Amino acid sequence: MSTSTHQTKYSTQLQTDPLVTTYYVRDLEFWYGDFNALTNISLDVMPSAITAFIGPSGCGKSTFLRCMNRMNDLIPDTKVGGKMLLKGADIYSSGVDPVDLRRRVGMIFQQPNPFPQSIYDNVAYGPRLQGVKKKSDLDDIVEDSLKRANLWKEVSGILDKNGLAISGGQQQRLCIARVLAVQPEVLLMDEPCSAIDPTSVQKIEDLMAEIKDEVTIIIVTHNMQQAARVSDYTSFFLQEVAGEPAVLVESGKTSDIFTAPIDKRTEDYITGRFG
Amino acid sequence: MSNEELNQNPQNPLDSTVDSAVDPARDANATESMPEAGKESLRTDANPEKKTLTRTPGVTMKELADTAAQREPVPVVRPATKLQLVSRRTQIKEASLASLFFICAFLAVLGVSLIFAFVAWRAFPIVHEIGLWNFLTGTKWSVAEGVFGAVPFIMGSLVVVGGSLIMGVPLAVLTAVFMSEVASPRANAIIRPAVELLAGVPSVVVGFFGVVVVVPLVSQLVGGAGFGPLTAWIVLSIMIMPTITTLSEDALNSIPMGIREASYAMGATKWQTIWKVVIPAARVGIIDATILGMGRAIGETMAVLMVVGNAPQLFAGISAPISTMTSQIVLEMGYSSGTHRTALFGLAAILFLISMSLVLTVRLLSREQHKKRKKVKKGAEA
Repeated sequence: MSTSTHQTKYSTQLQTDPLVTTYYVRDLEFWYGDFNALTNISLDVMPSAITAFIGPSGCGKSTFLRCMNRMNDLIPDTKVGGKMLLKGADIYSSGVDPVDLRRRVGMIFQQPNPFPQSIYDNVAYGPRLQGVKKKSDLDDIVEDSLKRANLWKEVSGILDKNGLAISGGQQQRLCIARVLAVQPEVLLMDEPCSAIDPTSVQKIEDLMAEIKDEVTIIIVTHNMQQAARVSDYTSFFLQEVAGEPAVLVESGKTSDIFTAPIDKRTEDYITGRFG
Repeated sequence: MSNEELNQNPQNPLDSTVDSAVDPARDANATESMPEAGKESLRTDANPEKKTLTRTPGVTMKELADTAAQREPVPVVRPATKLQLVSRRTQIKEASLASLFFICAFLAVLGVSLIFAFVAWRAFPIVHEIGLWNFLTGTKWSVAEGVFGAVPFIMGSLVVVGGSLIMGVPLAVLTAVFMSEVASPRANAIIRPAVELLAGVPSVVVGFFGVVVVVPLVSQLVGGAGFGPLTAWIVLSIMIMPTITTLSEDALNSIPMGIREASYAMGATKWQTIWKVVIPAARVGIIDATILGMGRAIGETMAVLMVVGNAPQLFAGISAPISTMTSQIVLEMGYSSGTHRTALFGLAAILFLISMSLVLTVRLLSREQHKKRKKVKKGAEA
């Protein structure tokens, strides 16, 4: 199938005004060197909602997610084309500081990656970078962030313990607290629950629902139940032929995608017939 | 929730299509290999789904629940397995390997103890020939007068090592940071072999370089003959730099990429990431590298001997000749006898104790620092 003729199916019409969206993505392309990994991606990420990116392994959802806070800049020899607007501002226009962008767009990774420092220092890392020095201010931020990440009860007595000494699920929530401490506007989560225990998964899903009014959340997940449980919008990515770029097959409200998918491939994927 | 319950649920039309879609072979396989695990995960997933049923009609959930309900594992009786017993040969092999490793490790301990015992035994006569206190606090060393005070050499060694660490460690660690965090692979292809070659240069060659290049340079810049601590610092920092650089780079490279990414994703710059996350995480490795460098510096003889001036006098400025314990032993061991030789063994014993205590001190310090930080945190909370 030729990629140039690819048409994404939308169960909800794309917005015309970028300012009603958090991310306004049009015709995004992405290359690793000569390899065109993503093509023709157009979608809206709506504010104060949870958007799930689903699709088989290697279909470019993580790559796309990493385009959204320019983490791919760290990989040499990568190229981005098309439009990616964050609240109306093009994040790839020249002169934009990726460091400032990443302050506003937090990211959670598949493998929990706390710094080998105390729990307190982990959460205080971002605020300290931004120049918060006063002990009492830092204490407040640390406590508040850990509470929002549903972790405070478990670690309030062991803040001096190394962040690597707690369980994997707790580490992931510590990473979430660390990101929340810098008050991001958007939270990108790259399969945050694939390496942790079910109790922590539950707690993370709860906290996502609690914070989504303030923080727009985008989550990449392989777990269809999770996508159906937590997200308001869903986008389905697919790379049909190895070596060809991945495309966005279908995008829309989660309730539509999971009950009445427009594209046969979407239906096949969410009912577990491939991938 | 049990399987029976699920089975009793009225089937809806969607389910029948799903049932037919289930691959019987795959189904059987899954049941056989991991029936319990499969059931567990589906059950935990099924619960939260119920809560949000109104928002997302759980087509997939229903399908999955029904699939799970069909997977009642049926035990099949199979012939009992025979387990192989551990053979005598394997046991002997394992045991002999274990003792081989033990012997190797034991030889290291034995070597250290024997050397120290020998040196201490030969140095012991100091107690009645010179007097321990006189030896340790005496500032004058004169073979002709038969006066042997160790202070000039102890001081000389400490000055030379301290200075070379102050100059060499930052140089080496910054080089390691550059190689591990900043340099392109192409730049590293030049830097790494250069550093490794530097480690292989014999100390007499470095000393020669010191005499021919550094000594005149220091003489011009600071005055004096050019033989003295400053020259020794420069020469020694060149010598310890490859060890510390290579080991520090290993420590930095072993820090997982994930925590660097986490720092960048927090809106940290490259330098903030390096100083606040990567270097602290590699701290223990860098300290170990420094200890090894220090060991090399305090034991280094030839290069130091060639540039330090070898005057048994107290430290009197960065260009005034001094002598170190190692260089003094080498210079005088050949023609020494009697009390003089005993005094030289005394220097060797002190050298041994100092290098050992330096190593222990640094180790303790790094541990203490860790503890202190913890205490500060606790205080802040209370």
